[in-house]
Amino acid sequence: MMLRYALKRLLSLLISLAIASLVIFTVIEVAPGDPASFMLGINAQEDTLAALRTELGLDQTKVQRYLAWVGGMVQGDFGTSYQYRTPVAEMIGDRLWVSLPLALYALILSTLIAFPAGIYAASRRGKAGDIGVMGATQIGVAIPNFWFAMMLVLVFAINLRWFSAGGFAGWDEGIFAALKSLTLPAIALALPQAAILARVMRSALLDVLGEDFMRTARAKGLSRGQALRRHGLRNAMIPVLTILGLQFSFLLAGGIIIEQVFYLPGLGRLIFQSISARDLIVVESVTMLLVFAVIVVNFAVDLAYAAVDPRLRART
Amino acid sequence: MSLLEVKNLSLSIQGTPILQDVSLTVAPGEVVAVTGESGSGKSMTALAIMQLLPDGSETTGAVDFDSEDVTRSTEARMCALRGNNIGMVFQEPMTALNPVQTIGAQVGETVQLHRPDLDAETRTVEVLERVGLAGISPRRYPHELSGGQRQRVVIAIAIACGPKLLIADEPTTALDVTTQAQILDLLVQLAQEDGMGLLMITHDLAVVANMAHRIVVMQNGAVVEAGDTPALLKAPKHPYTKALFAASAHQATLPDQTAHQPLLQVRGVVRDYTLPRTRLFAPPGTHRAVDNVSFDIPRGGRVGLVGESGCGKSTLTRAILGLEPVQAGEILLDGQPVFASGAPNLSVRRKMQVVFQDPYGSFNPRHRVSRLITEPFHLLETPPADRAARIAEALSAVGLSPDDAHKYPHQFSGGQRQRLAIARALIIRPELIVFDEAVSALDVSVRAQILDLIADLCGQYDLTYLFISHDLSVVRGITDQVMVMQHGMIVEQGDTNDVFDAPKHPYTQTLIEAAPKLPRTGS
Repeated sequence: MMLRYALKRLLSLLISLAIASLVIFTVIEVAPGDPASFMLGINAQEDTLAALRTELGLDQTKVQRYLAWVGGMVQGDFGTSYQYRTPVAEMIGDRLWVSLPLALYALILSTLIAFPAGIYAASRRGKAGDIGVMGATQIGVAIPNFWFAMMLVLVFAINLRWFSAGGFAGWDEGIFAALKSLTLPAIALALPQAAILARVMRSALLDVLGEDFMRTARAKGLSRGQALRRHGLRNAMIPVLTILGLQFSFLLAGGIIIEQVFYLPGLGRLIFQSISARDLIVVESVTMLLVFAVIVVNFAVDLAYAAVDPRLRART
Repeated sequence: MSLLEVKNLSLSIQGTPILQDVSLTVAPGEVVAVTGESGSGKSMTALAIMQLLPDGSETTGAVDFDSEDVTRSTEARMCALRGNNIGMVFQEPMTALNPVQTIGAQVGETVQLHRPDLDAETRTVEVLERVGLAGISPRRYPHELSGGQRQRVVIAIAIACGPKLLIADEPTTALDVTTQAQILDLLVQLAQEDGMGLLMITHDLAVVANMAHRIVVMQNGAVVEAGDTPALLKAPKHPYTKALFAASAHQATLPDQTAHQPLLQVRGVVRDYTLPRTRLFAPPGTHRAVDNVSFDIPRGGRVGLVGESGCGKSTLTRAILGLEPVQAGEILLDGQPVFASGAPNLSVRRKMQVVFQDPYGSFNPRHRVSRLITEPFHLLETPPADRAARIAEALSAVGLSPDDAHKYPHQFSGGQRQRLAIARALIIRPELIVFDEAVSALDVSVRAQILDLIADLCGQYDLTYLFISHDLSVVRGITDQVMVMQHGMIVEQGDTNDVFDAPKHPYTQTLIEAAPKLPRTGS
């Protein structure tokens, strides 16, 4: 049952990827600007331009170029950057080792803050604790994360000197040093997300608390807290997982501003620089990679739904 | 020596009085029924015994369980009592179980909680067997079981630790008659075998007439009458009890039927649903919800359709209303098909109206009555010029005031809303009205009023209707002809009185046998 469900979701994942790649390719191809003339400047000779276009493969038909692009990606060949003349796969690989750990780090922080906060608020509905937590999340949602990032730098890097103000130590310096340089950015990314997640967790739990089966649980002799943990949490997970999935995608792609504030060599900065330089092949590949990540995360969330709720397994 | 003694219990929730001076007792092995209409405080009494009242509740008086006043017990003490010494069964078996846990886990949890000395798994299997679920694996999930089976699981949870008192709050209200009879038998049998006290809460006097030793009648949060069942049934003293009896046994009187040519013709109708594919490229299977159904409703005819949930009556209703295509056969209203070229046939559609079960869900809460009840005008090519007069007429016809046109639905009670629904159906003077479980959600006395209203309207408007219900007693008074449906087929049809007095098909006999009946009262 579970396997069939997983296979079905996998099929829909592959179809989504195919459609996404086609859309990305089309949109970027119709975008104005010729990479060859951009690279050579406005005084370039016509025959030099033509030669460069041939070298970059820009003189082939669109279908040929799409197939070559997709075929390459499947084999791990993302092409060569127009701007730096290095393999795109290598560039992305380096940046991914910053962005992916950062996103995961932020996600873990956000979950660790949000779950207890949401559960606490739900169990104290309407009381001072609930109002306090909800007020705090309201502020957390409202604060722009770049401003919060700057405040973190001001307090923890400049005044207290606990962390460096920016830059990435690199994984060669050891896990601890690398994580340390990701800590402030991760906090800056995580807090607003945690605020949203805590609110979702609270309202999902409150919905579940009103369900008949929670009354059955209490009639069995479970205390309020036991009923909440044993019967409430798992039923409240569906909306929470949905938000969690969306947040991970956002954290992976949406760290551009935070990466700028902390001078982190991540994917966000790469895509920003590549767009400015009309380095289409890099833009295409990074976009595709992010889309791939989003779709894979959604796939994982779908599987998690089914693990949580047996009714979904049956419905395939 | 009483097992449970509720003494002068009063309850208010955030200042609003809910219960006043309620007193009742349950002895070991005794079945006590608490009855009354919605809002009478029966469920709150049960929750007060369990000490599971909503926040902001204040109680005075005492609830002595086994000589211990539970209103003074600590929460920890109550957690030890609940599920162990007092079990409770709820109304809605569909939602009373945790959907993401297996039934075995949910039954076993009670055992683990209170009886660590027992092996939870063995005990779970024993208890499931005891409630009649011997063939059902404890590893099943609630959604894989029927309503009756789920209610058995809820009962299994409640009796897993062998409680002294079992409280059942409307345990069969959401179930079909035949299932209801089985669940009631099970509860009484368990109470007898284990010497448990059973406190049955129900709005339906007929349900408890045959099983309760004593009956307690509640109204507006107070006990108005209590006594041994035979005596109370024979000579009810309080006017409210008498009124409840009268309403339960109420039969509307229909005016004589007039005309004879067929209005609705249903010919060999088949409705199949496509099931999900079992394998990727295998053709999907089908489920036949309506199987070769044929009948006529003559103009002026009042026809009942009876059957239990899942028998196909809702599917048939949707087909008659032209909402879905049928796979074979035809449905004609006034000689024209109700569904033509892939869509409901509008020229026929405006001749039919429907009244649904739920008086709360079937109105948009943001619209005024005048707009709500004139919704069917959209079916007409030109809206009538005398709109205001039509609204006033329709509201008066259903016993409401023309001034009510400016109100919102939340300003009406459940019974009044059902009157609004009937007004909405009447306003375009349809040739056929479909009443789809139109009185099933109403209290007995309100139900009696609505049935009388329908009978009255029959006289005034010469109505033709199809009255769909799972409740046999309702159909009896309000129809001339009745059809009984089972597994998508009509197994018996005929004059209502003939079918009820001498049912021929075994299924009809089972249905009539299982329906709870109130004995004739002395009055």
